[in-house]
Parts: sequence; C-alpha cells; structure tokens
Amino acid sequence: MNEEQIKQSIIRQIVLIAPDVDPGEIVPDKNIQRSLEIDSFDFLKILTALNEELGVAVPEADYGQVDTLEHMIAYFAKRIAS
Amino acid sequence: MSTFVMPSLGADMQSAVLMEWKVKEGDPVTKGMVIAEVETSKGVIEIEVFEDGTVEKLLVEEETECAVGTPLALIRSKDTAAAIEPTPQDLATPLLETLKEPEHETVAAAERIKASPAARKRAKELGVELSALAADKEAIHLAAIESEVTAKTPQPSGMRQAIAKAMSRSNAEIPHYYLSTSVNMTPALHWLEAYNKNKSIQERILPAALLIRAAVYALKEVPELNGFWKNDQLQMSTQINPGIAIALRKEGLITPAILGAEQMDLDATMQALGDLITRTRLGKLRNTEITQQTITLTNLGDLGVESVYGVIYPPQVALVGFGRIMDAPWAQGDTLCVRKVMQATLAGDHRATDGRTGGKFLDRLNQILQTPEELR
Repeated sequence: MNEEQIKQSIIRQIVLIAPDVDPGEIVPDKNIQRSLEIDSFDFLKILTALNEELGVAVPEADYGQVDTLEHMIAYFAKRIAS
Repeated sequence: MSTFVMPSLGADMQSAVLMEWKVKEGDPVTKGMVIAEVETSKGVIEIEVFEDGTVEKLLVEEETECAVGTPLALIRSKDTAAAIEPTPQDLATPLLETLKEPEHETVAAAERIKASPAARKRAKELGVELSALAADKEAIHLAAIESEVTAKTPQPSGMRQAIAKAMSRSNAEIPHYYLSTSVNMTPALHWLEAYNKNKSIQERILPAALLIRAAVYALKEVPELNGFWKNDQLQMSTQINPGIAIALRKEGLITPAILGAEQMDLDATMQALGDLITRTRLGKLRNTEITQQTITLTNLGDLGVESVYGVIYPPQVALVGFGRIMDAPWAQGDTLCVRKVMQATLAGDHRATDGRTGGKFLDRLNQILQTPEELR
C-alpha cells in the first residue's frame, strides 16, 4: 500500500466519523483534532477504524506521532512496510 | 387498562411529533421496552413503556404532532394495580411555573404530506408551510425548504430555543455558587496509560470516562449534590445518573444521562459513554436518558477551555466542570515541576447546599484522582 492509498484511507475514515468535515479542510500539516474539531472520542474511533482497515494499532504513547495528516501517513506507511 | 401519553421530555417541551410506532395492536410489551419514536427539538427520541402488558389500541397515527399529555395508546396491564402508578416522567416536570394543562387534542400533521423528518423540522424552524410547498410536488426534500430561506427570516432552531428557556429559568431561579480547584492529573493519566496498554484499541479508556468515574465516586461520599430541588427542598437521589454534556457537530448541546452510573466500573463507564455519544450523534436517545439526569458533568473534551463555570440545569442542584488538561507549573514539596493540571469546578445551588458541601466534593474528587487504581 503506497502513501497515497494510506492518505485516502485516512481521509475516508475521518469523513465517515465526522460527516460534516469537507475533505478539502484537511490540511496536511495541521493538527487533525484541533483544526477539524474532532474530540478524543471521535479521534479514538478514527484510530480504531484505521486499525481495522490497515492493521496497525496506534498505542497511546504514539499519539504525538499521528497528530497531523502528514504525520499519520508517515506513521502508517512505516509500519505497514515493516 | 392504562393510557400511555406523550411524555414530557424536558421542561421546555410543549409537543412532539410521533414519528413511528415500534409496536402494533395486540403486541405484548414489557417495562422499559421502546414502543415509539418521537421527534423533538432534541432530535429523535425513543420512548419506553413503563409497565408490562399488551398494546390494546394505538390512538395516534404516525407523523402526528401531539401535545404533552395527549393519549397515544391504551395498554392493557398485566397487573391492573400498576396502571395508576405515577411514571418516572414526573421527574421531568420540575418547573416552578405550573405547566399549562396540556390540550388533549392532536394537531394533524400538515395534511400528511410526504416529507423527510429533517425537512419537516427545518420547515417548522423556518415557519414554512409544507402544504404550500407540496401543492405542485409529490414529496418535499430538505433542499426545497432551504431554498425558501432567502424569502424568510430564519428563526432560531428548536434546540436553541429549548436551551434558551432552560438556561433563563436556571439563572433567574437558582442562586448559584461557584468553586474551583486545581487537580494534578499526572498520576491518573500515567495509571490510565498503563491500564490501556494491555487493552485493544477498541477497549481503550478515555480520560473522560475516568473523570466520570471519579465524579460518581465523589458523589457517593457527598450525595447532597446528586438530586433535585423540588417543592422547596432538596431531594437526594440514590441512583447517580450523570448527564454528560455532548456537543452536536452542527449546533447545540444535549446532556443525556448515563443511567445507574453508581453501579458501573471503569470499563462499563467507558462503554456506556461511548454508546451514549454514538447514539446522541445519531439522534437515538431514550426518553429516560434525557429526563432523569441527577447532576450534569460538562466539558469533558480535550479541546475545551481551562475552566468552566456552568449553569445548573433545573431541577438538578449541581454541575461539575472539567477544564482542559494542560501542562502547568506545579509545586511539589519545595521543587517546582511541570505536571498535567486540570481545573475542576463546581456550580452549586445555594438553596440546596452550601460551599462547604461543594468544597468537600471537589476535595474527594481530587483525592481519588491521586489514587486512580481505586477507580477501576
């Protein structure tokens, strides 16, 4: 799975869980939770859905590495590859 | 035989639309079973029946707007004595002002025009006549209503008006007092991180669930804050049903209750919270959940402000506010360090309790969060 596919998966899950978010609003280097007003409950739901789809579970200690779309893509890409 | 009436789902509710029957005549029903869905300013609410029996007759057709108190169905009781028991919905009529005797008549839904619930609701907010729109169309969609917007001055939404009424009453009638304390959340968050490590991502516990658990724990020790102000006196509740403030993505706020939270451990509290948030956003709450709150907990999100001084929702007597958890300087012994710090606040009804009681609650809350393993 390449980075573009990972990016599409992430965006799809965000929009599924927060239906009022326009994909265009998701800026690569902005904090996902703050810029899209996604609370901790919905953020957990997004990570759960991505775990099911991509097979990578993000431990709480790594939340700092999945704060933006860019970081999230890199995080998943690295772990899917390995 | 007893009559099942349109329940009051909040002090501000005058009427609601019966959207769908979940039972038909002749069906057996049991206490707590959802028998209908009604649409209110709080969204679609599932209505439970309060006794065991059989549905004798449905008195109202679907998509009919009914005033509070309108007979909706006849239930043949299993136990005839149960028929005269007052329903727990009495909790929902806390007003000091006497509710107008509901008119026992049904308002026919605009000639039963085909329109989606969203369209129907929006039309009502805007004061658009569905019948006028439907004259040349088969069915009405939301877009058709929105196109009328330019022609009309938009009115505030039903939910906005409901919040406005409740909060005005609160501030006019309840003499609030406010207390605040700083809580070192580092031990609780450390403990929670370790606790979550052994769990799958689906079972992970959010800090919000731990805070609810802590508040319930403290309320057991200070029960004076859990209950109602009714008939000029404090009525404490043995059940703890914390109303959780949940923001809706579009606009507005609902505070549905986690019912019977005093019996839940941490995992059960998290499960109940997740279920409640999901159903709130889907508009699938039950009448008991929106009428039986015994206290309100607010601002459990991580996007919030530092501290929140809330407005009590009558007839409750207290509201607990949790601010955002943030890194802050913290003096420990004679060392200055950085800790995760949260402001916990309490708004109390001074008719029911004094600051001393409120202070005791915040103190217990703070203490238990320093030994979080006891909250498991």
